[in-house]
Amino acid sequence: MPKDGIGAPMKRREDLRFLAGDGRYTDDINLHGQAYVWFLRSDVAHGRITRLDTAAAAAMPGVLRVITAEDFAHAGGMITAWQVTNRDGTPQAEPKHPILAEGKVRHIGEPIAGVVAETLEQARDAAEAIELEIEELPAVVDMAAALAPGAPKLHEDIDSNLCFDWGFVDDNKAKVDAAFESAHHVTTLELVNNRCVANAMEPRAAIGLYDRPMDHYTLYTTSQNPHVIRLVMGTFTLQIPEHKLRVVAPDVGGGFGSKIYNYNEECFVTHAAKLVGRPVKWTATRSEAFISDAQGRDHVTKIQLALDKDGMFLAFRTETMANLGAYLRLFATVTPTYLHGPAAGGPYRTPVAHVHVKGVFTNTVPVDAYRGAGRPEGSYQLERVVDKAAREMGIDQAEIRRRNFVKPEEFPYQTPMAVVYDSGNYHATLDKLLELSDYAGFAKRRAESEARGKLRGFGFSTWVEASGLAPSRLIGALGARAGLYESATVRVNPTGGISVLTGTHSHGQGHETVFAQIVADKLGIDAGLVDIVHGDSDKTPFGMGTYGSRSAAVGGSAIAKATDKIIAKAKKIAAHLLEASDADIEVADGKFTVAGTDKAVDWATICLTAYVPHNYPMETLEPGLEETAFYDPANFVYPAGAYGCEVEVDPDTGAVTVMRFVAADDFGVVLNPVVVAGQQHGGIAQGISQALLEHTVYDESGQLVSGSLMDYAILRAGDVPGFTVDHSCVTRCEHNPLGVKGCGEAGAIGAPPAVVNAVVDALQAGGYGIKDIDMPLTPSRVWAAMHEG
Amino acid sequence: MPKVAMRVNGRAVSGEVEGRTLLVQFLREGLGMTGTHVGCDTSQCGACVVHVNGVPVKSCTAFALDLDGAEITTIEGMANADGSLGRVQQAFQDHHGLQCGFCTPGMVMSAAALLAENPTPSEAEIRTYLEGNICRCTGYHNIVKAVLAASGQDPATIAAE
Ligand code: FES
Ligand code: FES
Repeated sequence: MPKDGIGAPMKRREDLRFLAGDGRYTDDINLHGQAYVWFLRSDVAHGRITRLDTAAAAAMPGVLRVITAEDFAHAGGMITAWQVTNRDGTPQAEPKHPILAEGKVRHIGEPIAGVVAETLEQARDAAEAIELEIEELPAVVDMAAALAPGAPKLHEDIDSNLCFDWGFVDDNKAKVDAAFESAHHVTTLELVNNRCVANAMEPRAAIGLYDRPMDHYTLYTTSQNPHVIRLVMGTFTLQIPEHKLRVVAPDVGGGFGSKIYNYNEECFVTHAAKLVGRPVKWTATRSEAFISDAQGRDHVTKIQLALDKDGMFLAFRTETMANLGAYLRLFATVTPTYLHGPAAGGPYRTPVAHVHVKGVFTNTVPVDAYRGAGRPEGSYQLERVVDKAAREMGIDQAEIRRRNFVKPEEFPYQTPMAVVYDSGNYHATLDKLLELSDYAGFAKRRAESEARGKLRGFGFSTWVEASGLAPSRLIGALGARAGLYESATVRVNPTGGISVLTGTHSHGQGHETVFAQIVADKLGIDAGLVDIVHGDSDKTPFGMGTYGSRSAAVGGSAIAKATDKIIAKAKKIAAHLLEASDADIEVADGKFTVAGTDKAVDWATICLTAYVPHNYPMETLEPGLEETAFYDPANFVYPAGAYGCEVEVDPDTGAVTVMRFVAADDFGVVLNPVVVAGQQHGGIAQGISQALLEHTVYDESGQLVSGSLMDYAILRAGDVPGFTVDHSCVTRCEHNPLGVKGCGEAGAIGAPPAVVNAVVDALQAGGYGIKDIDMPLTPSRVWAAMHEG
Repeated sequence: MPKVAMRVNGRAVSGEVEGRTLLVQFLREGLGMTGTHVGCDTSQCGACVVHVNGVPVKSCTAFALDLDGAEITTIEGMANADGSLGRVQQAFQDHHGLQCGFCTPGMVMSAAALLAENPTPSEAEIRTYLEGNICRCTGYHNIVKAVLAASGQDPATIAAE
């Protein structure tokens, strides 16, 4: 085994450039002759554009062109990647999403025109000279109001503000209702999953370049998936075929979902570069990000759980309204449906379940996938209702979960939500949590807190997600308009160095290190011989990018598969050189050996022979050593975890302090434990941040009240303690070659209910009869909840 | 346009700036030193922290013109003379204190300033000092560990409570 093989805590090699200040993010790139765009954006949430006169602006110093919707007359709208079917069999409503507003504006920040000028300051100054008049229309921000009869309608090309009305699994509905009829106990909870803004620390940026002689475009952009952008923006929206467009996503400073989608500004700079004959650059300000990046979550849900007298779950059902904002982005309709429903049953053996989700258009910034995407909403509603049921029935929180868990021997487990959990051991992660959190010592800690005048609570969250997106055939049957395989090319060079080209993209996940470990492990060579290339559609094979905890499970599997092909060919070369049969060749420590002998050739000799094929089986083997694999997973992967959060609440102020946070996860095989722990920490922090601090607030007219980092609170170092994270409970994924499950979204899925359940526990222990409380648990909300009940 | 001269990482530099040119713009656009990042427009995130005459400053909040004659240190100036990572930088790599790397320059500059003021800070002091730096990736856990390690303390002491 090489020292940096699978499972080794290899230090990240990408860190060297980031720590030296040598990262190359999109805004760090400056092209010769580049011009700058400043966008004129709507400052009302809903209105009709009655006048848009750009003549004065166009005449301002330095202005190259003022571009409006008319300049995109040839282009289509931005598309959505999934067609959800309504319960009545009709398709979802898909209103046009124009690049620049066409006659109407539908949310704060919607771009209306872009001024391209020599300098950013000139563009910005000129944008103020555009003569714009908007006749304001009544806005709808609240989902129930948007669905009410006579509500102001956002889109003229569809019937109402309803996008879809989806049930899952609809065949379960009658059985679910029957189970509720006969239940010993029913617990009901109404809750809001608050809207978040992803706020990756690097604001989005894009540079368009057009090469007239070659009729070829290049887009540099802050994307999690350059090939996807090339496909959807190029062919569907701008009508540029793929071979005429290169999309480069260089170093990207975090994504969390918000950099998946094809955005208006990317379309703009690509086309504007052709219109003005110069490269065109755009970099968002943070305030601009708040009104243009896709936002996340925003569900209003009623969930009910039916139980028998022993606290066994009989059924659950939900009624959810999911806010989509004003337009559909790429994953907007799949996020609250097929990313939400399949794992909504969590780790429990609930025999039947039904989730019912209505997607609603409102005059707010579009909503799409945000770290976890649909699964955090699922785990939040389920873990909170389980917590409440346990309290109502007087059952211990750990016990009610254990009683209802799928048992280790029941895998593969067919859930009532149409998916099969391939492997897991939920009892093991719960036991690990109880051990690491010293749950037995909690009563003592609570007493100590009480002695200091503080209320203390312990909150559980045991969760499962369906990730590793995704088996193409299955999702095709469910309405996906794409496949979700991943690609890899392993390119061995004549002197033995290897370039691995992957269709995934790293924006913090450490692929340049971890993927090299996979190849090094399989070949038994030093990871230093392996470089990872990603983020450039001209270099890498077509791939679907990074989201949905798919990079290791799907992208890593493609790399493993391509490496296996390399090994198979290398064995043939070795067999020829050693005059043996390739079936007898074994590979270890970078040597190809005839089994049971000391006859061997080393890796360098194999590579050189492949490219200098003087002594080579030319009749049966092509020269060279490069292989490509596409890997399409047979199933989702099902990471799972048991989380415990301990909080103190100050009864005088309602302030919540997180005292401990423990996560025991099962991610399958761990490729690099240090990188995995980092993903756990980051996800947990985002989950705690959503639970305690983050809130996106629109006023009644659709103005964004929380529009900057002054108004929108994000977790800081002093807001949390260190976290205890564990991933030693391993059940292998049964269907991918590495046995991995994926860890990127775990914390954001598991943490919020643990935090809220802990606060409810603290308040109940303090004698406050809190039943319902919604995130974020700010001091004022907690205090109000204590004194309302 | 007025001219400004300063020393950046020990090197004398000068350039023409407008009155409204921020230090971070002068560094990134004027000097092409893109290691210092811009993460916000309200002085909240700390991605832009540099040292001005030895003191940590959010370079998005300082005018270049006000800093004529100043001594500036940026992330590009934190390596050892032989080009290897400096003490704080190395601790960040050793303890996985960065993921996407975007907040990292500001974090390293703030951490270095802390250690200059307080060579053996406690975990609580580290967390408090870094209040002006947002990291969206790491949950701060490994950043705090890295700073403890860079100060010669045992990073294993970071734990709940
Ligand atoms: S750029 Fe955010 S504080 Fe300076
Ligand atoms: S490492 Fe990404 S923001 Fe800190």
